Amino acid sequence: MQADGLEPAAAEWEPILPALIILLPLLGFAINGALALSAARKSADAVRAGGEFDFFEGGRARTHALPTWVGPGVMLLAFLLTLVNFISMLGAELHDPWVHAYWAWISTGELEIAAAIQLDQLSMIMMMIITGVGFLIHVFSVGYMQDDPGYPRYFAYLNLFVFFMLVLVMGASYPIMFIGWEGVGLCSYLLIGFWFSDEAKASAGKKAFIVNRIGDLGFLLAIFLIYLVFQEVDYVAVLSDAESIFVYGGPAITTVTLLFLLAATGKSAQIPLYVWLPDAMAGPTPVSALIHAATMVTAGVYLVARSSVLFALAPLSSAMVAGIGVLTALFAATIALKQQDIKKVLAYSTVSQLGFMFLGVGVGAYTAGVFHLMTHAFFKGLLFLGAGAVIHSMHHALHHTHKDWDAQDMRNMGGLKKYMPITWVTMWLATLAIAGIWPFAGFFSKDEIIWMTGAMAGAENAPYPMLYTVYWILALAAAMLTAFYMARLMFMTFHGPNRTGAAEAEHLHEAPRTMWIPLAVLATLSVFGGWINVSEDLRESVLGGFGLLPMGEWLHHWLEPVTEAAHRVQESRLGEVAHSAPFGGGEVAWGIISFVAALAVVLATVRLLGRSEVPVAVEDTEPTGFARILYNKWYVDEFYHRWVVDPVLTTSRILWRVVDATIIDGTVKLVGNGARAIGWVASLFQTGQVNRYAFLMTLGVLVILSMIAF
Amino acid sequence: MLNALAYESWALHALIWLPFVGMVHVLWAAEERAKHLALRWSLVVFVLSIGLWWAYDPALGGGYQLVSSRSWIAAWGVNYALGIDGISLFMVLLTTFTTPLAILGAFNYIKKRQKPFYALMLLLEVGVVGVFSATDLFLFYVFFELTLVPMYFIIGIWGGERRIYAAIKFFLYTAVGSLLMLVGILYIYVRGKVLLGVASFAFVDLLQIPLTTGEQMWLFGAFALAFAIKVPLFPFHTWLPDAHVEAPTPGSVVLAAVLLKMGTYGFVRFLLPFFPVAVRHPTVVGIMLALGVIGIIYAAWVAAVQPDAKKLVAYTSVAHMGFVVIGVFALNLNGLQGGLLVMISHGISTGALFLLLGMLYERRHTRAIDEFGGIGRVAPWLATAFVITALTSIGLPGTSGFVGEFLALIGVFEDHPGVGIFATSGVIFAAYYMLPMVQSVFFNALEKPENRAVQDLSRRELIILTPMIALMIVIGVHPTPLLRRTEPSAQMVIDRVWESVQLGEAIIEVDPSTDLGAAETDDPVGTATAADGAE
Amino acid sequence: MLVESLVVSGMIFVIGTLGVIVRRNAIVMFLCIELQLNAVNLTFVALSRYVGIEGQVFVFFVMTVAAAEAAVGLAIIISIFRHYETVDVDKFNLLKW
Repeated sequence: MQADGLEPAAAEWEPILPALIILLPLLGFAINGALALSAARKSADAVRAGGEFDFFEGGRARTHALPTWVGPGVMLLAFLLTLVNFISMLGAELHDPWVHAYWAWISTGELEIAAAIQLDQLSMIMMMIITGVGFLIHVFSVGYMQDDPGYPRYFAYLNLFVFFMLVLVMGASYPIMFIGWEGVGLCSYLLIGFWFSDEAKASAGKKAFIVNRIGDLGFLLAIFLIYLVFQEVDYVAVLSDAESIFVYGGPAITTVTLLFLLAATGKSAQIPLYVWLPDAMAGPTPVSALIHAATMVTAGVYLVARSSVLFALAPLSSAMVAGIGVLTALFAATIALKQQDIKKVLAYSTVSQLGFMFLGVGVGAYTAGVFHLMTHAFFKGLLFLGAGAVIHSMHHALHHTHKDWDAQDMRNMGGLKKYMPITWVTMWLATLAIAGIWPFAGFFSKDEIIWMTGAMAGAENAPYPMLYTVYWILALAAAMLTAFYMARLMFMTFHGPNRTGAAEAEHLHEAPRTMWIPLAVLATLSVFGGWINVSEDLRESVLGGFGLLPMGEWLHHWLEPVTEAAHRVQESRLGEVAHSAPFGGGEVAWGIISFVAALAVVLATVRLLGRSEVPVAVEDTEPTGFARILYNKWYVDEFYHRWVVDPVLTTSRILWRVVDATIIDGTVKLVGNGARAIGWVASLFQTGQVNRYAFLMTLGVLVILSMIAF
Repeated sequence: MLNALAYESWALHALIWLPFVGMVHVLWAAEERAKHLALRWSLVVFVLSIGLWWAYDPALGGGYQLVSSRSWIAAWGVNYALGIDGISLFMVLLTTFTTPLAILGAFNYIKKRQKPFYALMLLLEVGVVGVFSATDLFLFYVFFELTLVPMYFIIGIWGGERRIYAAIKFFLYTAVGSLLMLVGILYIYVRGKVLLGVASFAFVDLLQIPLTTGEQMWLFGAFALAFAIKVPLFPFHTWLPDAHVEAPTPGSVVLAAVLLKMGTYGFVRFLLPFFPVAVRHPTVVGIMLALGVIGIIYAAWVAAVQPDAKKLVAYTSVAHMGFVVIGVFALNLNGLQGGLLVMISHGISTGALFLLLGMLYERRHTRAIDEFGGIGRVAPWLATAFVITALTSIGLPGTSGFVGEFLALIGVFEDHPGVGIFATSGVIFAAYYMLPMVQSVFFNALEKPENRAVQDLSRRELIILTPMIALMIVIGVHPTPLLRRTEPSAQMVIDRVWESVQLGEAIIEVDPSTDLGAAETDDPVGTATAADGAE
Repeated sequence: MLVESLVVSGMIFVIGTLGVIVRRNAIVMFLCIELQLNAVNLTFVALSRYVGIEGQVFVFFVMTVAAAEAAVGLAIIISIFRHYETVDVDKFNLLKW
């Protein structure tokens, strides 16, 4: 139905087998799922017998051999197919999105939701990231998870995740996106609780799902509201009519966008719903890389970028998005300062970086948000995989000597660069990228976001100039903190003396090839990935090699068809954005300042930490003072527990015990017992003596007769 | 091919009477053959019912099809009249689909007195199919009450420890409601006789009766109470957890999957078309929506703290039926369609949940959630099936649970956004009650030695669960064929609600008390006979 | 004739009723019930002369029912006697709550 209106556009460019991109991971899920079920059956028999089934005895069982090829294989095919389509789209000058409806998903009365996919520049970028980074992480997983009894199940979940993630970005309407939205949540739930026998891990998965569902409530309500206003839910109709139907800054559009924001805070782990993400680190590390760093958590950013017109029409919501983003960026960064678990640091770092992306899309720099999303997928994916390699190595080393130390605690590491040089180098590249050091990928994307925030503060008709100035300062501060905690992570892990223990250190080893090749590829992307969208000003300056960088503002131009409506609204309403930051200075100047400052922080951190002695985890003392608050994550989890979880549980118990069992059922029983009481009184007349009955009956007949007679 | 067999003329009769023949057969046969016979008969019925999918043609409009009518009690104008529309079509299919699975699920569970058990299951099918395909109010009532009897015995004889209490509570609670409805039925009948001069219980005739607003209100109350208890709608729900906990697995399955639907089916079939003026009255809509929303949230919260897994699922039924109620009383097409789809989806998913809990009970002889833990390691297929079913139950997109809830909510949101917001919060609480249960039962450490001995799904159990899970996903991915079939009928109901403008007001002065007096003499006779027929 | 017939039947009925109320022996009570039935029969027959033939038809009904009742009733009494070795109805108060 939607496709009809777009015939001309569809004629211009035809993708090659787009549905197959989605179906390949689903096929992988089906095959791996079947293998997983059959493997689980064998393992269950063994568990019942009191042992563990050894899938590797006498060679690798087929259920554990096939996923190695099927899991990454379907991803490779999907990636290649995406790449082919991407290249063909590059040459197509596609203006309108390509939409194709396969079948009517929900169709009743006026409501028509087609099972349709939409390909445009934004979804193409997302698909490239998902299949590309996804493929690398699948390859990494082969090395990381190979000896796990749940190996096929792992790949089944991972393939399913990619399937849902592709549905999320390729869907042509909000409800289809919602399928992917909840589907990735499900896979996240399953993968966080992958080792479900561990109660903490299973609980972490559950927490992720429930917290995400709070966000999903916002998504659903937003869909309903959109339907109420438009009688349509697909992007093409909604986004093209938005300008004419919604009043700029009106209550309807503000509500819709705020509801979307609620949804996004859930999925993308922003204040106040970020609490699930650090716990989500309970899952296998490649999962953290794929789902909780590179792809799923960026869905919120994608949602805002996809609905850019709507957000552009709602300045208040946009300011809220940016505000939540920058607060989260700073807040999470402070927590990351004092975490000792390598994955926890990265988790809070992810929350923080997502905050930057929100800031970007919140200040109207939709391209910059997506840009940072992309570079973040590279370097954070790399950091997590690197951390995975470290943990893998640590785990093996500790396992060898049966030392019950925490393999993820950075205090137990140190000096690993000697044992894991490739991991060390690649992770440093990613660290420099995330810290915003020129010319790595993160510098360009983060700088553009911060710059746009400053520019927004000075825009002609900026709605809240002061607010944006504050955002800008906070964002700069968060960027500096990022440089610090990342340098600290690298230092504690790879530098200084080794603290693992002499016997254990012998077993520390570099990651196998399947693991370090993805690291290397991602490292390359982390270095050069930022060059595709260097802003013109930077490109002309020293930072761009005076115009040497080849692809200036490529992403900007590429996404123009998707964001042009939003930009149009912004330009007409906000006027020209400023060319100088709130305290003067152009983009180049602030770019240089920020990267020099970040570099200084990194160097200072390494120098400072180099002098201090790091105690191993078991000997370490509890931090005190402010550090203690940071170490305990500002006690937010405790706060939620005290003021949300416990009251809900208590209320539930009261509802059950008091309202349900006592009041409602009590009333029911009262009625029953009342009837019984009346019956008891009446039963006193029943003596069991037939004669007495006959006498009473006769008496009664006589009474009635006499009443009739007289 | 269906035409060649004249399928349309005998299908509905066969669906009602074949289980009856099967019941007699089961009672005649030897004890050990009872379960196989019952399964075969119910399967025959199911296979026959599949043809309804094609026999019912939505292109012909939303009216009744496969209609047939024979005079039964001519003096009162009672007809043995059957027919289905898009709404009852799926209820019939749900019944014929669920019954064989429930019977198959009983194979290991029911060890004593098998013959009467399976006979009663088939009798239950007779009653339920009758309820959904009757187009005569009198016949409907007879079948409606007929369903009580087998269920009463199924809970009372094969139930758990407090089975007698639960059975009596179930019987009395629902019987009280339906007696009120009987009074309402007789009143309508008498009014029809007086105002139209036709003594008939046929739906089409009764719909012609111009009832005043006041009358509609009273009758609405009587009917609504009967159905609200059956649904069950908050606060009339307390019989349900008791009945479910005590009922044997197959009883719970049929109770959840089909019997509860009789209540919501009654809403759609009677309340909306018969009393349109009352139904669209803002107060009535407000009350029903409020009760529905309270049911959704309240039941979810209460479910979350239940220590007994079966009771938990029972409470989730109340929450799900809350979605149906708000969908129906949104009084628009989307809402009603959503309500109908939730009914179908809930029938499948909750039926499957009860079957799964029954399987766990057969293995561990307990329903306490705390007694389990780590079952996923020893029974991975069981765990997989349970997780998929649980996700359907909490309405994950891509499963049948989502489509229904989505439509119901969108329907409510269209006209009552405030209610919609509260109702939508049910998606959070669904996760809040279901996931902790899933975790405590299937995840966590495998500590208890009894749990270590738990067996995975047997072939029979696999055969039960596979079609259910397949349906959950198929309906979730492609619900449109269903929606297309229900749409004309749902549209008719909605049109009836909104277009029957102020029917009653002009009729008020026509009040021939003498005729009414004459009619009243028929009343006690009618009561007695109806009750006889039911018991 | 009508008046006389009705008086006789009334007297028989009263005798039967008193017997049921006063006597304790189940068999005697049983006989008294038969008396009541026959009193009614007499009334039917007497009235049928003036009202119509239906009265006599009813008498046949009553007689049939009475015969059946006698069979069942006696069987119950015998069965009770076997258990308790008495036919005193005061001893049978099992119907009491």
